[in-house]
Amino acid sequence: MAEPLLQARGIVKHYGHVEALRGCDFDVYPNEIVALVGDNGAGKSTLIKILAGSEQADEGEISLEGQRIHVGSPFEAMRLGIETVYQDLALAPDLDGSANLYLGRELMQPGILGKLGFLDNRSMRAGARKAFGELGVDLQNAQSAVANLSGGQRQSVAVARSVAWASKVVFLDEPTAALGVIQTARVLETVKRIRDRGVAAVLISHNMRQVLEVADRIEVMRLGRRVARFDAKKATIEQLVSAMTGGIAEEGAA
Amino acid sequence: MTALTPGRGQAMRLAIAGRFAPLAARWKAFSATRFGSIVARTLGTNGAWIFLLLVALMFVFNFLAPGKFWTEFNVRTMAENVSVLLVIAVGETFVMATGGIDLSVGYVLLFSGVTSAQAMNWGGHDPTNSGWDIVLLGLAVALGSGLGWGVLNGLVVAKAKVPALIATLGTLGMSWGLAEILSNGQDLRYLPSIIGDMGTGRVFDKIPFVVIVAILVAVVGGVTLNLTRFGRYTLAIGSNQEAARRAGINVDRHLIKVYAMSGMLAGFAGFMSLAIFTTTTISGHANDNLQAIAAVVIGGTSLVGGVATVVGTTIGVCIPMVLFSGFTILGYQSFWRDVAVGAVLILAVYADQLRRRRRERR
Repeated sequence: MAEPLLQARGIVKHYGHVEALRGCDFDVYPNEIVALVGDNGAGKSTLIKILAGSEQADEGEISLEGQRIHVGSPFEAMRLGIETVYQDLALAPDLDGSANLYLGRELMQPGILGKLGFLDNRSMRAGARKAFGELGVDLQNAQSAVANLSGGQRQSVAVARSVAWASKVVFLDEPTAALGVIQTARVLETVKRIRDRGVAAVLISHNMRQVLEVADRIEVMRLGRRVARFDAKKATIEQLVSAMTGGIAEEGAA
Repeated sequence: MTALTPGRGQAMRLAIAGRFAPLAARWKAFSATRFGSIVARTLGTNGAWIFLLLVALMFVFNFLAPGKFWTEFNVRTMAENVSVLLVIAVGETFVMATGGIDLSVGYVLLFSGVTSAQAMNWGGHDPTNSGWDIVLLGLAVALGSGLGWGVLNGLVVAKAKVPALIATLGTLGMSWGLAEILSNGQDLRYLPSIIGDMGTGRVFDKIPFVVIVAILVAVVGGVTLNLTRFGRYTLAIGSNQEAARRAGINVDRHLIKVYAMSGMLAGFAGFMSLAIFTTTTISGHANDNLQAIAAVVIGGTSLVGGVATVVGTTIGVCIPMVLFSGFTILGYQSFWRDVAVGAVLILAVYADQLRRRRRERR
């Protein structure tokens, strides 16, 4: 296999006396969908928060394309090409899809108008159409407030927003938790397209069937450590569950 | 049997809905056109209905009092009377678009008028024949005073995390008290005559300067809210503050700017008030803050933020004025305006609630 795109080694994170991560490793390779699975409290969300910059590790190293990096804040992560789709959909519901896509990164009018703070809505709308089109997201009315969209479409906007700006890695924390069957299929389709665009996707999910269907690789966490890695084509639900619950020996100890 | 036949209430509702259906369809078709979509978006969701209400009120009053309501004199008086309120309501629109509220505007207006008048009277000299230098000094002091209170409001809301309702209630009391202390409760009546000329001046002998100035403020405010990054951030913060923060927007700094702008506009309104009344009118601004808030809400700005239009606010400022003038001309007590405005206010917020609930259900 190629060099890992994003690599975490020996990540430790304490919350008071609770040890959320106890020397956790994690690898993301280029052009793959890697699923991160584990029981509640295994430390998945904590690991993602650290990699996405919203929490700081107490110990351990993170490197991107072989270079050691320090991800001090979500903005630093964004600058490095790492984006996160949050579980609670960080969208502004009263704004339209294009405004949400470009939120915080607005395109300005050229020249003096731009200096005065005037937005280039036409270019942003065109960019949004393209970005949504690339992901197969069909917004009938691009000027409608995001709140008027269905749950699946809203999730798609959130995913599209992250994907549009991510050049390296996208983290998706339970992106289908609140969705129906059809919307779930849509979002998973979107995740596959992320990979096809050459960006790695990290998918956190509790749905083992979904994980096996979408992911290329699966990393399993238990009690703050990575305990197993699987090739998704060869893994079975029984194997995953047994790794999650401690039925097989830890990776490092074996 | 009774359960199967529609009740009379429902039949009536259906009949009313039927009467309005062609109108609604026409509006929908209109807003699908290029020009129509611009109009529709400018008016906002409530705007179209509020605008119709304003037009209907004017027709009704004109019908009930022909030759009295729709006269040049009366329209001009109404426009003059709303101009100061419109300026503070524009600032209030931005504050409420962020999901906040600014209760202090009326008294910041008063405070700024007092400090401005005192600056122009500095050293006890009579400024009646003073030149533009003194007038500009007065304007600068009014703007500066308003800006100061606005920045304070912004800091308390954004940095100290005190809810806007309480923060601006606090500065309301402070600015009111200090205005009374500074002026000893006495209105200052000596102002440069240039200011009075500005207050009474008219363009083409018809349109008062103050009305033009207020409209300019509203136009700049509307353009800023709809077309600039400042406006986009304002609405984004009101819509979902956490999302705005995660998108890399400096939410605290933006909130401070919005409150500062509201304060500065209140300071400017204080100067306009000096020009119109040529005195500080200490007891005349008791309800300005609530009137401004009512205007903004009637205009379709959501109480929880994220949705706002300055056009709506402008209409929302005009409706109470039209009611006041209409009731007065018809010989009713002008307090009927307060009754009617109160009802319209509740309806406006109810409409916003209904819209949000309908949206949640998707």
